[in-house]
Amino acid sequence: MRSPLATIAFTLNGRAVEVRADPARRLADVLREDLGLTGTKIGCNAGDCGACTVLLDGAQVCACLVPFGRVAGCRITTVEGLAEEGGALSALQTAFLRHGAAQCGICTPGMLMAAADLLARTPHPTEAEVMDALGGVLCRCTGYRKIIEAVLDASGPIPSPQLNPLRRDEAKREPSVGTRLAKVDGVAKLTGAEKFGADALPDEPFLTLRAVRSPHAHARFTIGDLAPLYAAHPGLVRVLTAADIPGRNLYGIYPTGKDQPVLAEGYVRHRGEPVCALVGDADTLAAIRDEDVPITWHVLPPVPFETAADGPDLHAHAPGNVLCRGRVARGDVEAAEAAAHARAAIAVRTSFVEHAYIEPEAGYAQRIGDRIEVVACTQTPYMDRDEIAGILGIAPEQVRVVPTAVGGGFGGKLDLSIQPLVCVAAWLLRRPVRMVYTRPESMGATTKRHPAAIHAEAWADAEGRLLAFRFHGDFDTGAYASWGPTVANRVPVHAMGPYAVPNVLCTTAAIHTTAPPSGAFRGFGVPQAAIAGEALMDMLAERLGLDPWEIRRRNALGVGSVTATGQVLGPGAALPECLDAIRPRWQALRAEATAFNRNARGPLRRGAGLACMWYGIGNTSLSNPSEMVMGLRRDGRAVLFSGAVDIGQGSNTIMVQIAADALGVPPSAVELVAGDTDRTRDAGKTSASRQTFVSGNAAKRAGEALRAEILRRCNAGPEAVITLAEGRVIVNDGGVATTLDLAALAPDAEGIVLRGEGRFDPPTTELDADGQGIPYATYAFAAQAALVEVDTALGTVRVVRIVAAHDVGRAINPTLVEGQIHGGIAQGLGLALMEEFMPGRTENLHDYLIPTIGDVPPIEVILIEQPDSLGPYGAKGVGEPALIATAPAILNAIAHATGVRMTHVPATPDRVLAALTQ
Amino acid sequence: MGLYLRPTTLEGALALLAERPRTVLAGGTDHFPARVASTPDEDILDISALPGLRAIVRHGSYWVVPCLATWSDLIAAPLPAAFDGLKAAARQVGGPQVQNLGTVVGNICNASPAADGIPCLLTLDAEVVLASRAGRRTIPLADFVLGPRRTARRPEELVLALQIPAPPETARASFLKLGARRYLVISIVMVAAYAEIAADGRIARARIAVGACSPVARRLFALEADLIGRRPDPALVEVRHLAPLAPIDDVRGTAAYRRAAALELVRRAVAALGAEEALAAA
Ligand SMILES: Cc1cc2nc3c(=O)[nH]c(=O)nc-3n(C[C@@H](O)[C@@H](O)[C@H](O)COP(=O)(O)OP(=O)(O)OC[C@H]3O[C@@H](n4cnc5c(N)ncnc54)[C@H](O)[C@@H]3O)c2cc1C
Ligand code: FES
Ligand code: FES
Repeated sequence: MRSPLATIAFTLNGRAVEVRADPARRLADVLREDLGLTGTKIGCNAGDCGACTVLLDGAQVCACLVPFGRVAGCRITTVEGLAEEGGALSALQTAFLRHGAAQCGICTPGMLMAAADLLARTPHPTEAEVMDALGGVLCRCTGYRKIIEAVLDASGPIPSPQLNPLRRDEAKREPSVGTRLAKVDGVAKLTGAEKFGADALPDEPFLTLRAVRSPHAHARFTIGDLAPLYAAHPGLVRVLTAADIPGRNLYGIYPTGKDQPVLAEGYVRHRGEPVCALVGDADTLAAIRDEDVPITWHVLPPVPFETAADGPDLHAHAPGNVLCRGRVARGDVEAAEAAAHARAAIAVRTSFVEHAYIEPEAGYAQRIGDRIEVVACTQTPYMDRDEIAGILGIAPEQVRVVPTAVGGGFGGKLDLSIQPLVCVAAWLLRRPVRMVYTRPESMGATTKRHPAAIHAEAWADAEGRLLAFRFHGDFDTGAYASWGPTVANRVPVHAMGPYAVPNVLCTTAAIHTTAPPSGAFRGFGVPQAAIAGEALMDMLAERLGLDPWEIRRRNALGVGSVTATGQVLGPGAALPECLDAIRPRWQALRAEATAFNRNARGPLRRGAGLACMWYGIGNTSLSNPSEMVMGLRRDGRAVLFSGAVDIGQGSNTIMVQIAADALGVPPSAVELVAGDTDRTRDAGKTSASRQTFVSGNAAKRAGEALRAEILRRCNAGPEAVITLAEGRVIVNDGGVATTLDLAALAPDAEGIVLRGEGRFDPPTTELDADGQGIPYATYAFAAQAALVEVDTALGTVRVVRIVAAHDVGRAINPTLVEGQIHGGIAQGLGLALMEEFMPGRTENLHDYLIPTIGDVPPIEVILIEQPDSLGPYGAKGVGEPALIATAPAILNAIAHATGVRMTHVPATPDRVLAALTQ
Repeated sequence: MGLYLRPTTLEGALALLAERPRTVLAGGTDHFPARVASTPDEDILDISALPGLRAIVRHGSYWVVPCLATWSDLIAAPLPAAFDGLKAAARQVGGPQVQNLGTVVGNICNASPAADGIPCLLTLDAEVVLASRAGRRTIPLADFVLGPRRTARRPEELVLALQIPAPPETARASFLKLGARRYLVISIVMVAAYAEIAADGRIARARIAVGACSPVARRLFALEADLIGRRPDPALVEVRHLAPLAPIDDVRGTAAYRRAAALELVRRAVAALGAEEALAAA
């Protein structure tokens, strides 16, 4: 219900304005909807995320907590008002760009405004002051460290020698790969110009859609007569139910696993499952409460993880609620046990973890003739396209998916969210339909990291060489399959950790329950498994009197090692190098902890922990090709058509750097067309840390093919230098210059006159019944060390420092690689210490805790660049590897500090204290 | 249809409240988060334009925190050391965005069991001044907060201010908040301690309150009595002193944990009183 409109006069970004609007609305909504200033982001509408931070009379406030009526006579500054006169970036914005402080960019406006407030009051702040000032803005991507660096850099003469990303000295043909090029899409993220899911609007008037969701975890329901609802709300255009789905009312990741209805058919399997959808104008929908919809519920007992085997079965195809199993077996574990000198065993429990990207899912769909177009945030445009086609009962070519900028994904935007509903509504109603998830909806209804119940045992000989490893993990995959099979298959390959173990038996099961579906989340189950495996390494070391570093180094997989699936590792397997690089830091942290505890009189104890990880790049034993096209336009511009979606990690920049080098031109000469299914080829999903490795290879090949085509036309040799100019290409081959007139060539529909195509599919083989084979073309390795401080009287844990040595093959862009590692570490810290999603109880960002700027410690990154023989310029992925070792390193550090091993994560203060006092 | 009004005089505001119940809106930091999924049909009385109700001032024998004083205003106000605990609480309410908007009075009106302001204000013996068209009344804070989200405010009343008896020079205060992350965190337990220290370093008067361990923050009267005449010493705090608390299990921690943590924090808060005394003496 709305209050009568009022005309409010105030100063907006330095200009006097008068705006007529409902004074009870949130300032954030008026800025975005009425004034088109979508730089102010909405992540929660509850003051919890700070994405909406603006300055009110110079002081930072959450625009979602200010009634519009209150701004009368005030000065409001938004991110759009930060740039200098004439539009040049401010010093603060420039520092953010240089330091890579914006990844996805959804938190960036809030960070910038909070920092602007600080710098206006305190021109030369300390690090602690920066943290205090930015403490109210959450970032899920960066791990905050580069944001702190940027604010400190913007504020003063702090030299930043290794940063030269804004260099435009392109006369010299230096390779772009390996440089700290500023993000090619970075500026828009700093000015508020970037369009995320909720910022993109159709040109025509549109309808709004809201899902009515189950308040029960498990229930049957009937929907009664809707006529009274329509009668009471003339603006209600349509209530969609399962019967309205034109095609298949089922979707799912795997071709054989379509099990999730768009709208439930009389039966719901989790809280938050959509049962019907209201379509109308936004005010009408706001006036309808869920309780007004005539739904009769028959509540059924929930099916919890612990007793899922007892049923009832949630899906006919999954008896005993076992969706699927995974297995890797090698050697003879039982025989090896007998010969072992030391044994360690552990049981680990992990919790649901929410992606908590700051951007809730949002977008719109419109029907154009017999085609549907969906504009939304996604990590996987081509899979979306095929799913939507199935749901609408049309051909994939009739669907166009245009990804918006993505405000964080981490796997959570690999599943469909708003797309099926807006597509069905727009298809049936022939009007554009838009949907924006609320924060509770985003948290309650979308996928999670699988909770795991793990039992693991390891055996070693007297020298600490691993002899055998046994592992079983049950993974709570929730109500629907989603990426459950991926987890079940990936975990057994990785569970023993990055070590050579001759005898292995690793099994997994994905278990259906009446919880929200567990899906893809950075690491696909490997982070959970690593908590068990890395604990066992420390326990064996202790039993054998070895240093934790020593036992890991003795067993580390390296070049030529044989994995548990029988794969021989090629050049680039650089865990020994990671361990060697981290060793001095490790010894120093360990010594620091010991010294601290020797002098400790109060309840504080410090500990240092070490953990290693490995991670197969790309899909497990499945073809997962990427295709790219690079072309030259008539005007002499190079264009890369990339279907790889940048979710903040920087793949847009990486692809441009790689393609530019392959073609032999500076990156500034390359334009990017990204991720539109009508304009780009399928570059697969942004998942499994595959974009740099797989799509990067495709981009490289496309660039090389275009280069070959140009050189062929000019009869030039392979060393020739290509220069792009207005309307022509100049090829200089050992002093002989040839000019190619582009205007004379016929353009295609995209205006391209010369083109090169590239495709790459990582070579893998199928795994046999024992999981033997080549599941991944390559692996990334890492070793991380954590120093923590435990308050043994309160059970609180503070991470003091992290050192991370990562085998990345080649850092295409070191700033972006460091950013991935920082962000992964922050998420690993959250997994270890604070993150626990409970359906119905922690569906907001104040009950569900993610690390704030004050929780992520200084991080030292050591990049090990030992080129991978298959990777583009030797590179491999880092997105998921960044996170995996962090939680085990922290838990091992807690054990070092206190002698108590935490086996139930997150290790919240109450769990830690309970363990300490047991 | 809900009506939004933003009166510019106190009389106007009280007249509107006398007409019919309206939702009072101050800083909005509790108001809006309670309305994320749906917006109820309600009449809103935004009091943010009322004049002269922002500055924290000394008024006779009282310090007055008017209803528009924000947490940031409190942090910036020159106040005696007895307010150090309340200031420490203010610095830990949400982030700067919330401190710039949220009012101290709104915190007590919202009456959350986890409101950080309430334990501190209880130990300062704060009183609540309520105004309506019919007149004013003043009641102790302990009688104002009745339960979770329940206060003694009548629908036609506005909370005008908090008034705090000016503490003696010798008063010290501390505040300890326990949460599971560094910023933006709702307390698992919080403890406020206040003491007047005699010239010989002994406690002449003490007030200790614990929040988030009962429906309403509770004073620990038995402990306060036992501290009198002693130097601040954590060993004086015994388990039995925590008898008034009735913690529950929730997403932030178990009841057992809250009990253990409250005991530890009360001990540290008492120790902190001594540390400050020692500092002041040095
Ligand atoms: C992200 C975030 C973090 C937070 N963290 C903390 C925290 O760490 N600790 C903590 O204690 N609190 C925390 N809070 C809540 C805190 O901001 C509020 O309790 C604040 O102090 C309330 O003041 P307000 O002016 O914003 O109240 P409002 O939201 O305007 O009002 C709150 C309630 O009080 C009533 N009310 C307000 N003023 C009056 C009045 N003068 N007379 C009568 N009724 C009135 C309103 O009707 C409403 O019911 C947090 C809030 C957010 C959004
Ligand atoms: S949207 Fe305002 S704080 Fe999250
Ligand atoms: S960059 Fe901060 S949330 Fe993505």
